[in-house]
Amino acid sequence: MTSSLLTKERLLGMYRKMLLCRMFEDRVNSLFLQGRMPGTIHQAQGQEASAVGVCEALSPGDMLTSTHRPHEHAVARGIPVKALMAELFAKSTGCCHGKGGSMHMGDAELGMLPAIAIVGGGIPLATGYALSFKYLKKPNIAACFFGDGAVNEGIFHETVNMAAIWDLPVVFICENNKYGASTPIDSVMKVKTVSARASAYGIPGRTIDGNDVVSVYEAVSEAGERARSGQGPALLELETYRFAGHSRSDPGHYRSKQEVAEWKTKDPISRFETRYLAEGFLTREIIDRCRASVEQELNDAVEFAESSPSPLPEECLADVYAE
Amino acid sequence: MAAVTYLEAIRQGIWEEMERDPTVFVLGEDVGRYGGAFKVTEGMIERFGEDRVVDTPISESAIVGAAIGAALMGMRPIAEMQFADFISCAFDQITNFAAKCRYRWNAGVPLVIRGPSGGGVHGGPYHSQNPEMYYVHTPGLKVVAPSTVYDAKGLIKAAIRDEDPVVYFEHKFLYRRLKETLPEGDWTVPIGKADVKRAGSDISVITYGAMVHLALEAAAALANEGIDLEVVDLRTLVPLDKERILDSVKKTSKAILLHEDVRTGGMAGELAALIVEEAFEYLDGPIMRITAPDTPVPYSPPLEEFFLPKTSDIIRVARRLAAY
Ligand SMILES: Cc1ncc(C[n+]2csc(CCOP(=O)(O)OP(=O)(O)O)c2C)c(N)n1
Ligand SMILES: [Mg+2]
Repeated sequence: MTSSLLTKERLLGMYRKMLLCRMFEDRVNSLFLQGRMPGTIHQAQGQEASAVGVCEALSPGDMLTSTHRPHEHAVARGIPVKALMAELFAKSTGCCHGKGGSMHMGDAELGMLPAIAIVGGGIPLATGYALSFKYLKKPNIAACFFGDGAVNEGIFHETVNMAAIWDLPVVFICENNKYGASTPIDSVMKVKTVSARASAYGIPGRTIDGNDVVSVYEAVSEAGERARSGQGPALLELETYRFAGHSRSDPGHYRSKQEVAEWKTKDPISRFETRYLAEGFLTREIIDRCRASVEQELNDAVEFAESSPSPLPEECLADVYAE
Repeated sequence: MAAVTYLEAIRQGIWEEMERDPTVFVLGEDVGRYGGAFKVTEGMIERFGEDRVVDTPISESAIVGAAIGAALMGMRPIAEMQFADFISCAFDQITNFAAKCRYRWNAGVPLVIRGPSGGGVHGGPYHSQNPEMYYVHTPGLKVVAPSTVYDAKGLIKAAIRDEDPVVYFEHKFLYRRLKETLPEGDWTVPIGKADVKRAGSDISVITYGAMVHLALEAAAALANEGIDLEVVDLRTLVPLDKERILDSVKKTSKAILLHEDVRTGGMAGELAALIVEEAFEYLDGPIMRITAPDTPVPYSPPLEEFFLPKTSDIIRVARRLAAY
């Protein structure tokens, strides 16, 4: 693992993004527990290296699709946290004007389709973007996040095959956090890795340490370059773990305390800190400064969300069709 | 006996049928060790084992397809959709295969597909839908949607025993909000029978699912004004209990058709046609629909409240209709 491709500024930027993802999730959690946002939420604490490593390898014109667990993807993609927080608060200033909520984070203008909570649902749409990038001779790629659970939906197979035969510029990114809701991946998949499936489609497949932001960045950059140069899609499997339950109502009893504790030792943020504190360019002061500025950004976002108006009831009727 | 919830009633019904008939089994996502996303199948794997409480991959179309195959083989599968919204992933299996085996070679598919539908919990566009009409529209399927604890238990048992595929929509808003003490013993609620939840003389409110409770609320409120609503709970959408519906309308001469599903292509249109065709000369006023508007289900509470039919809508429409 080398970080030769990345300048220190870039690495620090990625670090701050990871902090923003984590602290966003933690803040959302406490707001949710205070009853200040309706519905339910699926959180991604522990998966920051995946969100940030992937988004760091994307260009502005690229398109990202996401899942029912989209908060960190959206934060990492640079969707303003104000718009995300406002969506969670069900306000009209939210990224979907309050029509979507937690599982609909994103902003197509900013390179991320509002997330799709139907498992597997984003995979074909990303491929459709890739199809038109190719047709329009754009230098862009589509990247799609999906979980380990999603690879057992038929749509995964149909789409990856289609992208493969047409050499489409799309990177398929499986966040393998070992469980689909309560279901361990090894109980619903006979092969040992998701990436092994790539060979069935004749495309490259790799399993990557998804808790190391630099490894993720490098793997997605490489697959992205390949895709941009017309050589077709790749399937990347990022091994990671969600620290929280599947959704707010899930205490996660299907995982042993020991397993959770082991993964906490691989926390992508503390790993980054340990490594770069040792290398010397990250310092306690920088960490504190980053935390303080993230804290401020989140305070502003919450204030923005709280002071934003709720949508007018009649807005329910708007935007069903173009007219 | 202690009062049980709507959710517990479904669980009891499945449980009793599994005790009674070894060909009954459950399959779906997280239904085994976890006991289901909403805990409908809690405890079943401990009692009935992994062969009869089957945790599947996230593969709705294979879940339903495999259940159809098993049903053709004489098993009685109960396939759970984690939310009714995801039933669309299995649409082809349900409408092209489950629905058509009987017609093609007189083969029964004694299959139940069940899942939580409906809004009111701020689930947003993918966790709040009422997809019943896709299946109502498909000949060969039966469709039920219980509104009470009693009906939930009786209908799931009847659905499991039925020789044809039954799509069973349970309303997630009712899961833990309703409680009732149920009679002991082995009883079912027949599929195809509507139920008058409140007898009245002035206006028939014909409805199903969670909306039944709004209709009852409206009826209670209007009683003070001397407007006497009759609340007819369809319970089963296919086959439709035409007799019960027409009897009610012939008695009251006025009908409000109420559902949480969107307006266009909704059940209300079908009921209106039935009433006009078969009871036109009894009518003393226009048939009125109260439904959700033709939009997806929004997340934000003020939007969702706008979307969902309200008790006040029923009261307003009933007053207007009473004036005829
Ligand atoms: C088609 C469909 N089926 C089922 C669900 C319910 N559901 C939501 S998330 C989830 C588990 C997804 O697991 P995975 O893909 O591994 O993503 P993770 O939650 O681990 O991020 C399930 C079963 C859904 N949203 N969509
Ligand atoms: Mg997973």
